[in-house]
Amino acid sequence: MADQREIGSEGAPINWEALAASDRFHRLLKAKRRFVVPAMIFFIVYYFALPVLVGYARPFMEKRVLGPVNLAYLFALSQFFMAWIIAALYVRAAARFDKMAADVIKPDDSSAPR
Amino acid sequence: MTPALAMFLLFVLITLAITYWAARKSQSAAAFFTASRRITGWQNGVAVAGDYMSAASFLGIAGLIAFFGYDGFMFSVGWLVAYLTVLLVVAEPLRNAGKYTMADVLAYRLNPRPVRAMAALSTITVSTFYMIAQMVGAGALVTLLLGSSHVTYEYAVIGVGALMITYVIFGGMLATTWVQIIKAMLLMAGTILLSLLVLAHFGWSFANFFDAVTRVTYHDKGVLVTKNFLEPGLRYTAANHGALDLISLGMALVFGTAGLPHILVRFYTVPDAKTARISVVWAMVLIGSFYIMTTFLGFGAATIVGRDQIAISGGNNMSAPLLAQALAGDIFFAFIAAIAFATILAVVAGLTISASTSFAHDFYTAVIHKGTERRPGEEVRVARVTAFVVGAVAIGIAILLGKDANVAFLVALAFAVAASANLPVIVLSLFWKRFNTTGAVLGLATGLVASLALIIISPNIMKVDPPGVVGAARHLIQHPPIFPLENPGILSIPLGFLGAILGTFLRREPRAEARFAELSVRANTGLGAEKATTD
Repeated sequence: MADQREIGSEGAPINWEALAASDRFHRLLKAKRRFVVPAMIFFIVYYFALPVLVGYARPFMEKRVLGPVNLAYLFALSQFFMAWIIAALYVRAAARFDKMAADVIKPDDSSAPR
Repeated sequence: MTPALAMFLLFVLITLAITYWAARKSQSAAAFFTASRRITGWQNGVAVAGDYMSAASFLGIAGLIAFFGYDGFMFSVGWLVAYLTVLLVVAEPLRNAGKYTMADVLAYRLNPRPVRAMAALSTITVSTFYMIAQMVGAGALVTLLLGSSHVTYEYAVIGVGALMITYVIFGGMLATTWVQIIKAMLLMAGTILLSLLVLAHFGWSFANFFDAVTRVTYHDKGVLVTKNFLEPGLRYTAANHGALDLISLGMALVFGTAGLPHILVRFYTVPDAKTARISVVWAMVLIGSFYIMTTFLGFGAATIVGRDQIAISGGNNMSAPLLAQALAGDIFFAFIAAIAFATILAVVAGLTISASTSFAHDFYTAVIHKGTERRPGEEVRVARVTAFVVGAVAIGIAILLGKDANVAFLVALAFAVAASANLPVIVLSLFWKRFNTTGAVLGLATGLVASLALIIISPNIMKVDPPGVVGAARHLIQHPPIFPLENPGILSIPLGFLGAILGTFLRREPRAEARFAELSVRANTGLGAEKATTD
């Protein structure tokens, strides 16, 4: 099995500590955190609201809002669209993260000595 | 020969042809374990969906909705939402920093031998439990679908086991991937067709359809009742801690899916992290569409076939096939039955390859032989032998348990272990600099033991059966349950995290902290990630 401390594409060892300490890398982590943390909190709250409301606010959830269809069903259905929308937003944001990541490891970056 | 048997055989022939084709391309380790990392984004997305949607999803959830209405549908929501954790937290870092298994990411900065040994134990536990549940289900299902006069339970289990072993040993990850892709496509086609037929039955009117759902008539303990199937409470009630059980299940799904070894290994089959991300999105589109359509499958079966009829024709797992029969006759029944069969095969093949990869890569090479292959190709050889052993053991256990065994809890257990043992250590290793080997080992052990112990004292295993229940269907421990919920997640997940965090504070590990910089850069930028290979 190859040693996992492999060599960079230029043949010289990569200075990981310098990369990790670079401004660009910190900006990348911060940008990711700014998207991922609120997104996680939002979807967890939204998702667990379903069993909580169905379990503890049943009369409210049994209100019919669209013909015979009640709030409970619509709220469950909305979970699918919530997941898809967050995924779509993430894909859009991730295109930005990809560019920032490419900047971090660009060979001509002074913070990546080689 | 019945149409169902003919379609089963057709699927088997096609998948064996794929295995033959894949076998010639699966010689090297990267090819065998990861299909040379050359699977494309959409292909991997479809394969993830195929790996994930088990017979429990296709037949089980349709049956739950047919019998318990809204409560069954609520059950299906979490299976998609869980993929947000996979997408936002684990898929890309894992692809960037790992090679073949989830333990690769842990072994980066932690002491590889103890961490890999525990991770392999947890992976093999999750995979074998899940596999046994699938095999028992497969055996019961195949006899039901083909008629037990054609195939007995034992032969059905041996057949499914032999096929999954063949796919994995000869075709490796490439064959497994294509079996999963074909299965997912068949499953989607069958589900769309069934949904359209249900809508056609109601004159293409959603209003008529949902009207019928609000007035479902069936016999409950001998009394004819009419219930609104859109209203919650037919299964999860205050008396059986319904809301808490659902929350606990939801936690196991949301945190467990991102810790399922057979799903995680799929992200090593694509060229880079961006493709891994795209494949999660494809998987989410398919999985979400499928679970939305369970509305038509389940409520359709409840309104068109009826709960009484399903109960006397094989039970709630037969809801979807019976619906197909009622709407379009025996040929369509055979098609849906063949899809159910394909579904099981694709899932067990995925489980077999993830268990054998983990044993060969994490345990045999890294733990026993300290990280070096003694001969080239040894890892793949060991993985092939392991696939055979794992498959044979699963066949044996499934036959010993018998088709009436109550094994649904094994799936709950697999998710609970994945959520309580695997996910905490993956997340902490990626995001917490202070995290160390003691934390990882203690976290994995606590999560594993807590899940097992809580399942044993839960109503899955501990319950007083009424006098009519006999044989394998009886609960193992005839005593009121000590832990009241069917799913242990609500308690075992915090315990897993707690174990990992407390373990970390027991000791300082300067090397693990020093290597955090490297892992973090690799995971977030993809620098130095494993490349696709040509061979």
